[in-house]
Amino acid sequence: MKFRWVDISAIVLGAIWGALWMIVIGVLLMLVSGLIVSPPVAIATLVGAVAGWFALPLAQRISAKNTLYASLTVLLVIALLVLTGLSPFGTALGENTVYQVFALLVWAGLVGWSCGLCLDGYTSGSAKRYRMEILLIRVMKGLAFVLFTVVVALPFYVMVMTSLKSQQSLLANPLDFSIDLTQGVESLFRSYVELFTQYNFGSFLLNSAIVSVATVFITLFFAVPGAYAVARLRFPGQAFLSRSILLIYMVPAIVLVIPLYAVFSQLGLRNTLYGLLIVYPATTIPVALYMLQGYFRGLPSELEEAGLMDGLSRMGVIAKITMPLSLPALASVALYVFMIAWNEFLFAFMFLDDLDIFTLSRGVVSLNSSEVPRQHLMAGAVIATVPVLALFLWFERFLVSGLTAGSVKG
Amino acid sequence: MARFRAIRHIAMTATNHPLPPTHTGALAKREQRLAYSLLLPTFMVVFGIVLIPLLANFWISFKPVQLGDLRPATMLANEQLRPRPKAAGDEVILRYRVRNSSQKDPIKAVTMRDLLPPGLDVTLNDERCSLEGRALFCDFGTMDAGQRFNLEFPTMVHQAYLDSGERPRDVKATFTGSARNVLTSGEFTLDNFRKVFSSDEFWTVLKVSLYYTIFGTLGALVLGLFAAQILNTAFKGRNLLRGLFLFPYVAPVIAVAFAWVLLLDAGPGGTFNAMLMQMGATDGPINFLGQRAVPVTLFGLTFDFPMALTTVIAFEAWRYFPLSFLFILARMQSISTDMYEAAEMDGATPLQQFWYLSLPQLLGILSVLFLLRFIWTFNKFDDIFLLTGGAAGTRTLTVDVYEQAFAVSNLGAGAAVAVVVFFVLLIFALIFFKFSPQDDG
Repeated sequence: MKFRWVDISAIVLGAIWGALWMIVIGVLLMLVSGLIVSPPVAIATLVGAVAGWFALPLAQRISAKNTLYASLTVLLVIALLVLTGLSPFGTALGENTVYQVFALLVWAGLVGWSCGLCLDGYTSGSAKRYRMEILLIRVMKGLAFVLFTVVVALPFYVMVMTSLKSQQSLLANPLDFSIDLTQGVESLFRSYVELFTQYNFGSFLLNSAIVSVATVFITLFFAVPGAYAVARLRFPGQAFLSRSILLIYMVPAIVLVIPLYAVFSQLGLRNTLYGLLIVYPATTIPVALYMLQGYFRGLPSELEEAGLMDGLSRMGVIAKITMPLSLPALASVALYVFMIAWNEFLFAFMFLDDLDIFTLSRGVVSLNSSEVPRQHLMAGAVIATVPVLALFLWFERFLVSGLTAGSVKG
Repeated sequence: MARFRAIRHIAMTATNHPLPPTHTGALAKREQRLAYSLLLPTFMVVFGIVLIPLLANFWISFKPVQLGDLRPATMLANEQLRPRPKAAGDEVILRYRVRNSSQKDPIKAVTMRDLLPPGLDVTLNDERCSLEGRALFCDFGTMDAGQRFNLEFPTMVHQAYLDSGERPRDVKATFTGSARNVLTSGEFTLDNFRKVFSSDEFWTVLKVSLYYTIFGTLGALVLGLFAAQILNTAFKGRNLLRGLFLFPYVAPVIAVAFAWVLLLDAGPGGTFNAMLMQMGATDGPINFLGQRAVPVTLFGLTFDFPMALTTVIAFEAWRYFPLSFLFILARMQSISTDMYEAAEMDGATPLQQFWYLSLPQLLGILSVLFLLRFIWTFNKFDDIFLLTGGAAGTRTLTVDVYEQAFAVSNLGAGAAVAVVVFFVLLIFALIFFKFSPQDDG
């Protein structure tokens, strides 16, 4: 039998998937079940290679695909079990059997599925280079999918899970993120309860909310008239302003922090929330103005002119015509400014000394000491993250279109 | 010929009709005034909180000012009646302990005013003080740094004092006086800059800053490009994945930074190290955030791999790839598919299509993103400060500003480093605006 290049590539990609999924599933099994796992990557590579070779004819069939994939999965399971001597993840199957069997099935299914997906629609024939590149890109994309998802999600997973564990069990086995659900809700969320009852997190949350919402309103109050002027009115310096307003955003906060610290200390504004409410809008107004003026320009000016003809003042036009028309833009700018104010760290850290007026950023930093157990630090991080992530997911569509259409931020 | 005729035509119309007015009319002037009044609040905030502090930073950088100097010298007084009066007719002493709170700065033209409780018959034995009714006024002249003295006035207590219940401390003595304020005085020095430039560390810090900025920016861009590629095809759950990919950017920096710190911990309880050791990738734990350099041998050459710096760069790329991903994806989805279909017909392979079609189309947004991210990464302080605190060879210029100003408590030196930050940034900006392609992105 003569090997064609496509057989070789199918075997190679099968081997890659076998190994990759073994590592990923092995790590996940470890993190979820707390089982000590040493994934047999070499064996998985071998099994994967065979799977790739088997999947090649499968991918070209049109009928009865699903049954054939199912039998391929079964075959993979058996092969891995036999080759590893009934310990598919480096530990005997007897321990945590349910988890292991489930992981094994997922592994086999994913290997077969990935091979099939990569080889799908393959027909032998012309343009060898074209086909090779298609295969290469599919494998690369698949790898990128898995890697990106794992790398993005892992810190968040660790954050949430650590907040639900105890320091001792984390030190005993840092890979064990299994949650003991039998302990009851109260004990599971003990860190959160303690943060709110002993560490003042309720007031931190409130302070953060007040500062962020107030920043949003102050910013809009300043930026909407400004943006309208830049977008609609003719005056010397208009073109220059509309282009250069973002330059303000390039000024590093760290350069401003020393003079502001010095002056606010002497004015008695430093250790107050008012101090933050002066600084935050100053950094967000230029961006908000830039984003809004881009949107205002896109609105038909005839509507505003009609309003003017009917006797509205310019302020009336802004309030009654421009603002209602630009609600999506206002929402996205508001969300964006909220995000900046909520996540801001430097000024909160430099300005706030009193526990009563800490924002969440400042509060979580104060948990970062050896006296406070880790689960408290991570619970604090979760409390700081959840509101802003929830808001973001809720309004994602607005934010994404507003961000890319109008402006940018770093 | 046609063009010539057109020009003649314009010339003729110009002679027939008057030119449009070149001066600004009343209406236009009103519009200008309105525009300026709408922009005025924004201008004031930006001037007050951004531009003036920027200038103030220059000012401070030439001043010998320490963190402690921000607390200005003040006068303090402690007043009491000794011994405590028990009955009308008691002879007691009304005593003021007066002192200058500062151990460094004298206060000039110090005066003290106080309102005494009713029913006290005070004998003034100090020519600096005078009494008018119940109002005590003293003029102490200049008080030296740390100077303190007591004023002791013999006092006769009347029944009215005991009845009124008002005590000397109920009304605090108020002071006036002018202390030297180092921030506004005319004292200047070049020591801050001399100190900054003469230290060996400065050049290391500058180098680290550049490494961090360049590789952090490139990392975020390349990751963003990859992420945009994989999400450019439609599939089930794409929106979900897009939302997930934006998490690092949306979440607060304190949350993700501490999550990374715990994840990469080298001590017991460090998840990532435990994972690596379990997989047999390393023998012992790697101190990702605490180790300056690891000797690495590659092709017989040994060089120092900057461990902590690489980790913070990885964090930077991880945290900011969503931004470039978002913009690149938006640009990619606006490219028309016709070109790709034509290329497909001509037999271009996928990689060729990416290289010759996608990449040139993305060049504009990529250069804009590079520019913005470069500047923002250079400005970044929070990330490194929270991850390593600037230890283990990760101290960038921005972290150095904090270290000098607040950790070493030398505000002037911190401001001097901030001036350097500003000028480096200015140089970058000038270079970029000179060479960047004129593309809207």
